[in-house]
Amino acid sequence: MNNKSSIGLIKPSSVKFDNSLLLECGKELKGFEMVYETYGKLNEEKSNAILVCHALSGSHHAAGYHKDSEVKAGWWDSLIGPDKAVDTNKYFVVSPNNLGGCHGTTGPKSTNPETNLAYGPDFPVLTVRDWTNSQALLADYLDINTWHAVIGGSLGGMQALDWSIAYPKRIKKAGVIAAAPKLSAQNIAFNEVARQAITSDPDFQEGNYMQTNTSPKSGLRLARMVGHITYLSDESMKAKFGRELKEEKLSFGFDAEFQVESYLRHQGDAFSKTFDANTYLLMTKVLDYFDPADEFDGDLVKAFKPILAQTLVLSFSSDWRFSPSRSKEITNALIDAKKKVSHIEIDSPLGHDSFLFPEERYVEVLKAFLGNQS
Amino acid sequence: MKTETVIESWVRDGSSILDLGCGDGSILEALRSNKSVQGYGIEIDRKNIKSCLEKGLEVIEQNIDEGLSNFLDKSFDTVLVSQTIQVLKNPKQALEEITRIGHQSIIVIPNFGHWKSRLTLFLEGKMPVTESLPEKWYETPNIHLCTLTDFENLCAELNIVIEEKKILDSKGTVSTLFSTWSNLLGSSVIYRLSR
Repeated sequence: MNNKSSIGLIKPSSVKFDNSLLLECGKELKGFEMVYETYGKLNEEKSNAILVCHALSGSHHAAGYHKDSEVKAGWWDSLIGPDKAVDTNKYFVVSPNNLGGCHGTTGPKSTNPETNLAYGPDFPVLTVRDWTNSQALLADYLDINTWHAVIGGSLGGMQALDWSIAYPKRIKKAGVIAAAPKLSAQNIAFNEVARQAITSDPDFQEGNYMQTNTSPKSGLRLARMVGHITYLSDESMKAKFGRELKEEKLSFGFDAEFQVESYLRHQGDAFSKTFDANTYLLMTKVLDYFDPADEFDGDLVKAFKPILAQTLVLSFSSDWRFSPSRSKEITNALIDAKKKVSHIEIDSPLGHDSFLFPEERYVEVLKAFLGNQS
Repeated sequence: MKTETVIESWVRDGSSILDLGCGDGSILEALRSNKSVQGYGIEIDRKNIKSCLEKGLEVIEQNIDEGLSNFLDKSFDTVLVSQTIQVLKNPKQALEEITRIGHQSIIVIPNFGHWKSRLTLFLEGKMPVTESLPEKWYETPNIHLCTLTDFENLCAELNIVIEEKKILDSKGTVSTLFSTWSNLLGSSVIYRLSR
């Protein structure tokens, strides 16, 4: 813990839901556990709660530190904390680990009560709506009837959007950041490469790797490397690595010679040690399936009809994974549906990952949106 | 009567409004309180956008010069364009777009035909600096100034109907005395247009 502006030490909480949850795929989850963190205090009126939704590889650990020795703070620590964009002096922030995750909430690593074995590959394929429904149960448990806001970046932004469609009366503001109304063919293609990397690893064993105490680490590593490239921009990679070499000269071999190679390998290694492969497969599917317009013949305007929340759509200039034009699709459909929407494009060289960094204008805009009284 | 009062009098209760170049959102905010409008502001200035968000207004960061094709035909009861037409790269195209999107359009423009402007140009040979046009030529954002006559000729060319117009004096107050000599005496003008 080396960051004074952080909220400090945080202890995760957990809740068990005994009732069955009917999933969109038609299957039922016979009870589940959800791990979450909270920051700040819920006011008496219970009107200051903000739900933070994580992206593909995120967790409930969004801000602060779990122990003094922890080097890295939560994934959105730069935006959540005292006086930060999501000000914990004002708001009660709730950050759950999504269903199907691998950080404590029920997922493929958990024990299936029917077999007493880990779910593994048998864990049902989920959708964003399943997450929304499970998060609504968490809201009930915390006695929060209406969220002041639901916010998130990337896949988290899609959840914020889905919240405003599924539970219009329970959400006042939606912060839809670096998101898209659905994945493009190119987006799905990248996800498929990641899935192929995992499933073709011999250690994957059709998803049953836990039974042999192994993990398809090299597949997961490769999946993360591919994904990571799409989170950065050409510009930011050029600035960070250029064509810099690790050693002074070319070695005329196939080891990691360029800085960018060793960076990607390091990212992949670190990720493959901590993340569950079945969860990764599941999360990419959730992304691929997200398409609120699907049941309305592709008409997003119709899909947005129930929305009552005030929405802020934020995009980043150098994001090519979910580019500003994808955000504009959301905004334009909200305008055509006569919904309350603001749209800002933040100038940032950091690609899709921009949503994780406290760029001055990004902070200013998010703060103003969350703080206004309408 | 002030400019804001004229605008409010032309906007129906509970109607929809698109405010192009909404500035800090003060007009939109007043229309929301007094006329319960549902509206969006379009703005590119960072400080103005922040002010709009703080007021809880809907604001879209969009450069009008890059087009308005994301707005459907006749999708707003009113398109409001206050002191903005003259800063656009292509006012003619913008005017066509504005009247396409709104059932009615309310346009406020400074009058370059005002006697003070004419006098400065005629006597001093200098670009005028007046109450409604306060910047010097090299720092003004007003790249497409026109006189009332110029603007009305353009409306005629585009088959745009001038439903109503109010002439404002240099203090921004509506004056009825100027109706005959409006192009000479009016400092700014507010039009209500339809097409």
